[in-house]
Amino acid sequence: MVFLSLRRIRLATAALVAAVALVAAACSSGGSQPAGSSGGGSGGSGGTGDQAGQSRLQVVLSRGKLICGVNGQLPGFSYLDPSGQMTGFDADFCRAIAAALFDDPNAVEFRPLSAQERFTAVQSGEVDVLIRNTTWTLGRDTVNGMEFLPTTFYDGGGVMVRKDRNVKSLADLDGATICVLSGTTNEMVLTDRMRALGASFTPKTFEDADQLYATYESGGCDAVTSDKSQLAGRRAVLSDPDNHVILDEMLSKEPLGPAVKNNDSTWFDVVKWIVFATIQAEEFGINSQNVDQFKNSDNPDIRRFLGVEGELGKGLGISNDFAYRVIKHVGNYGEIYERNLGPDTPFKLERGLNELWTNGGLLYSPPFR
Amino acid sequence: MTARPTRRVRSGVGDIRLRRLLLQLAVVLVTVAAGVYLFGNVQRNLQQLGITPGFDFLRHPASFAIGESSIPYQATDPYGRAFLAGLVNTLRVAVLGVVLATAVGVVAGLARLSANGLVRLLASLYVELTRNTPLLLQLFFWYGAIVYTLPPASQALALPGSVFLMNRGLVLPAPRPGPGFPTAVAILGLALVAAVTAYRILLRKRLEEGRETRPGLVALGLLAAGGLAAVILPAGPALVLERPQLARFNFQGGLMLSAEFTALLLALVIYTGAFIAEVVRGGVLAVPRGQWEAARSLGLSPFLVQRLVVFPQALRIIVPPLTSQYLNLIKNSSLAMAVAFPDLLNVSSTIVNQTGRTLEMLLLVGATYLAFSLLTSLLMNLYNRSLRRGVA
Repeated sequence: MVFLSLRRIRLATAALVAAVALVAAACSSGGSQPAGSSGGGSGGSGGTGDQAGQSRLQVVLSRGKLICGVNGQLPGFSYLDPSGQMTGFDADFCRAIAAALFDDPNAVEFRPLSAQERFTAVQSGEVDVLIRNTTWTLGRDTVNGMEFLPTTFYDGGGVMVRKDRNVKSLADLDGATICVLSGTTNEMVLTDRMRALGASFTPKTFEDADQLYATYESGGCDAVTSDKSQLAGRRAVLSDPDNHVILDEMLSKEPLGPAVKNNDSTWFDVVKWIVFATIQAEEFGINSQNVDQFKNSDNPDIRRFLGVEGELGKGLGISNDFAYRVIKHVGNYGEIYERNLGPDTPFKLERGLNELWTNGGLLYSPPFR
Repeated sequence: MTARPTRRVRSGVGDIRLRRLLLQLAVVLVTVAAGVYLFGNVQRNLQQLGITPGFDFLRHPASFAIGESSIPYQATDPYGRAFLAGLVNTLRVAVLGVVLATAVGVVAGLARLSANGLVRLLASLYVELTRNTPLLLQLFFWYGAIVYTLPPASQALALPGSVFLMNRGLVLPAPRPGPGFPTAVAILGLALVAAVTAYRILLRKRLEEGRETRPGLVALGLLAAGGLAAVILPAGPALVLERPQLARFNFQGGLMLSAEFTALLLALVIYTGAFIAEVVRGGVLAVPRGQWEAARSLGLSPFLVQRLVVFPQALRIIVPPLTSQYLNLIKNSSLAMAVAFPDLLNVSSTIVNQTGRTLEMLLLVGATYLAFSLLTSLLMNLYNRSLRRGVA
């Protein structure tokens, strides 16, 4: 372009005119395009416009299955069991949504995501919902373009150390090397807490959880920080679980729950009320075993809840008996908890804050009316 | 759609230059249109998500710590500084990697051409083994070899001279400037100036008068005298060794060569070294046989044949592909994330996760790597040009 002489400029101008004429001609002969002037542009935006106007609910329903973003490396929450089945607390909530939408808890495609990948996966619509032990924070709720659903697990940040290190509290870890997963809230919390204590530490930031715990086991770092539930889950699969302790100290509040893309309230409402249905069912005392008997209940609240009466599901754009389907196939909150994290599992996690509000916990569902 | 315009242009205009121009113009138009469409698409989607792009966040406090940093960095510093710390770490591994990989590559490349069968075999084994396995695998191998086989800090292997080897890396006594440091530096500086001046004067005398004046020997002697003076003359020791001490969890003080850094450097040097070896071998083999024979018939020793005749000519062939290997090494350093070394990409991904600024950080990281690569290319091209001018 720099070497254009006058003659070349004239040639170029002629060429430009010819090219524009050609593009216009090609576009109008295309037929389907509405306007010739900016054919490509308007055609493209028309396509995404449809996409934008349509709720994710329609996309999922017409696809016939749910794409659920999970961790996949976290025993107790989402983990491939020896038979190749995705199991765990988070995985069961994916199944609950599939059960509500398709009456089939197996209509789920699990997409294992790293801490790094998860937010982009939601933003870009690669997954319909993210159920990956993700902490609800203001920043993630706003800047990340996500919408958080009711918390399914109230967790707190913790630290795990080898027993023989004789560490009683966080302050004892002054000068230690601490492993942490990159992209987690724990990383920030630990830095803040150690700063407040005036203690120094060296972080080792891993992207891969397996790599992290292998390094911790071989003594590459003195401690690991993560959510307590994760530490418990991971400790259970260490080679010598009894030689590691999780400190009592609670470093932070870590409310974990599902998240969906921003500005799609139809889909947001659907997932929200499916989560509430598991909690409400436990409050009613309905579980997967007795749910069929409850269908004959005289209690109008329960009849509406199970879709025997009223049209609560229709308001969400799904089947009226969605709650029944969830309970029948996956169970209520308590069942999901006991099955994956309770006393009969290697993790033996206390219900604690994750009890119903009627039992002194934080689980509370708005009324199904 | 592309077939039609060209056909129509051909039927209308016969001028071949115009046709070429039109074709180029069409490519430019399509590229610009695609760019505009992509940009608009990104903007629409961001708007829909309620995200407003911008770089203001770089000034906000980062509040995360970085494992090892060559520049002073604290958790209270802004994201911009955290990014800089990662960048310096990447530079450190890249520069050291390029230097060491070149050394390994040249040695291995010449060894493959050696007259000694065993040396040739060993070099071939090294090159074929490392060139044909994935770098990530090798990285895990070196990291595993360090972290999973060496003892933990509490049972570190004590090597002579306060050097400790453990699964967190290698700790060395660190030299720190002592009370006599300024004096010693001044003396050494003077000695250096004197040596250079003497070398130049004596060299000119030798060229002009044809006398053997031994410029190299004199310069070396001056430097040695200066070094000796720098040790004896100052009031206190110029350098004080800070010895590492085992604290509750880890060694404190001294110089730490972390397992992560070492593993990454080893993997990059050994992997890229194998490719450089092939480049060097190819370059040397490309020098015509006659040049070797001519040099040898002059009575030059094998070493001088290489140094004065073969290598200068081989360099012209070696440098362009060598540049590609340097670029590969720089970009491959981003695998650091796999072993938790806080390089540019690792730190950036932490920033992305805390701020949600995916697009901005992608642009920033991309631009940085691009700048590294372009700078390397530029330097190597300048070097290449100076070589060509020297020979031609």
